[in-house]
Amino acid sequence: MKQLGIVGQSVKRSDGIGHVTGQTEYVDDVFYPGMLWLKMVRSPVSRGRIRRVDTSRAERLPGVTAVVTAKDVPNNWYTILCLIGIEPNDEPVLADEEVMYEGEPICAVVAETEDIAREAASLVKLEIDEQEPVLDVEYALTADAPAIKKWGNNTFMYDGMNHRRLRFGDVDRGFEEADHIVEGTYQMTPIEHVPMETHVCVVKPEPNGRLTIHSNTQALYFTMDNTAIILKVPSNRLRLVGGTVGGGFGGKVDVITEPVTSIAAMKTGRPVKWRWTREEEFRRSSVRGACKMEYRDGVMKDGRIVARKVRSIHDAGAYHRHSPYGVQKNMANLPGPYSIPNVWVDCYCVYTNRQPSSAMRGFAVTEATFAVEVQMDKIASVIGMDPWEIRMVNAYRNGHMRPVRKVVEDATLLETLKAAAQLVGHELPARVRDMHSDDYAGVAEPVQP
Amino acid sequence: MATQLATHIVTFQLNGRPHAVTVAPLTTLRTALREDLHLHATKAGCGQGGCGSCTVLLDNELVLSCLVPVTLVDGRSVTTLEGIGGPGRLHPLQEAFHDHFAAQCGYCTAGMIMAAKWLLDRNPNPTRAEIQMALAGNLCRCTGYVPIIEAIEDAARRMSKGVKR
Ligand code: FES
Ligand code: FES
Repeated sequence: MKQLGIVGQSVKRSDGIGHVTGQTEYVDDVFYPGMLWLKMVRSPVSRGRIRRVDTSRAERLPGVTAVVTAKDVPNNWYTILCLIGIEPNDEPVLADEEVMYEGEPICAVVAETEDIAREAASLVKLEIDEQEPVLDVEYALTADAPAIKKWGNNTFMYDGMNHRRLRFGDVDRGFEEADHIVEGTYQMTPIEHVPMETHVCVVKPEPNGRLTIHSNTQALYFTMDNTAIILKVPSNRLRLVGGTVGGGFGGKVDVITEPVTSIAAMKTGRPVKWRWTREEEFRRSSVRGACKMEYRDGVMKDGRIVARKVRSIHDAGAYHRHSPYGVQKNMANLPGPYSIPNVWVDCYCVYTNRQPSSAMRGFAVTEATFAVEVQMDKIASVIGMDPWEIRMVNAYRNGHMRPVRKVVEDATLLETLKAAAQLVGHELPARVRDMHSDDYAGVAEPVQP
Repeated sequence: MATQLATHIVTFQLNGRPHAVTVAPLTTLRTALREDLHLHATKAGCGQGGCGSCTVLLDNELVLSCLVPVTLVDGRSVTTLEGIGGPGRLHPLQEAFHDHFAAQCGYCTAGMIMAAKWLLDRNPNPTRAEIQMALAGNLCRCTGYVPIIEAIEDAARRMSKGVKR
């Protein structure tokens, strides 16, 4: 038999020599002769109506070659997740009527040098009628809060409802049966990815009419699709060069630099570079959204959780981006990897006038896991039980129906917990020591053979 | 003043060879390296002294090249990552970074290796704490630092055994 050479081996990175010698080419290392530089004019206020954008002084500055405003964008919508029904479109590529967060892009200035572009951007005069911003998720859900979304409220609408629901069994009956009620509220702040490389994009118009787009996106095909939709060109007009990312962590998934840079390159007929400052990366790029999760659990003396009710609120910031999808994942994970017969979850994806939140390393799942597991520890301490035991007693087994109506296959939670206990030298209580994922003693029977 | 004219000629030793750039007065060493001389190993993570990705050696002292006006470098000697080794002739630090997976996205790597070189030039057998101190000005968001520290420990061992240089 042929010896397999890779599994179990430590294999050197194919890009490792490039990295340690500084020869790897990142997007900011791409320079073309005659390349122009782009800077963005951003909203100074959190919410307002744009009355006028006066670019005349900027355009008169020597060295300025173009100004790009909303009028120059063929299809002025980010359509990031339209393919999975995250609609209606809510985020313009460049704001034209209103601004929804401080730092929202309004118009781009293109110039011979980055310094000139920066100065020209400061010469653009904005007249904006400021409106009361909504900055707090709980306030955003009240009737007093102004509706910041065109559809008349401040939440994403899931099948006509202002929250995503999960209903399984009968929680009220579960709470009646329970020996203990354990409540807990868990919150996470927004988190910025802080990749060491900021967002950078270089676009070069080619003689054959195509655009070569150097991008540090984490999602090249996503970028190609969405840029083509925004530019209203077939995707074969776009040649994307990517794959080298100086850190992303989910922060480089939204298609946020390529469309405007492409329009600037088309407008001027010259290569254009747009690179974000560290400040833009911190204050303007998307973040992991703030999240608050309120748990109410009904627990029996023997540790079984018989009812779980959760309300979860996410700050999506000003626009969808990936948040409505994240909230859906949050909903699915809030019950945890446990077999609980009665579950009720309400998840709200709430819009505020803050910088948009979006993808980041297991976004909305990490949050759910944090909340579930701290809550499990809390239950263990309330009923005076070993925290490993409480998890093992409730762990789902093969064939258990999860509240999202998905049958568990290949369960490994019990096996993993037993291995982890052994590794850290924790002696498991006798009652759970021999539990395994096909063992149904004291728990629900599998729903299918 | 947007259109600063390139009025200053600066000559310096760069990686052991004489170089000259013609620049506007406030051009930083980092910009001169990356955008005039097109040596791209030195990175630009922040431009305000906060990240260490632009770290180079100036007369064998560690500097953040984004904070050094290139006019101050006139007549002096600058070493960048390109100057200590390249593909096929790796410096022991570069070898060790490769072997220990100490470069993940690679964006902090040039600065990390230059800071480590500065340390090993002075202290060929540093403790873990001394390595941590030497890297205090360099941020990495990918590795969690442990592989970087282990790579530097290993490079110190390789260099004291006389493996290359
Ligand atoms: S670029 Fe110089 S310290 Fe960050
Ligand atoms: S390897 Fe990515 S920042 Fe250090």
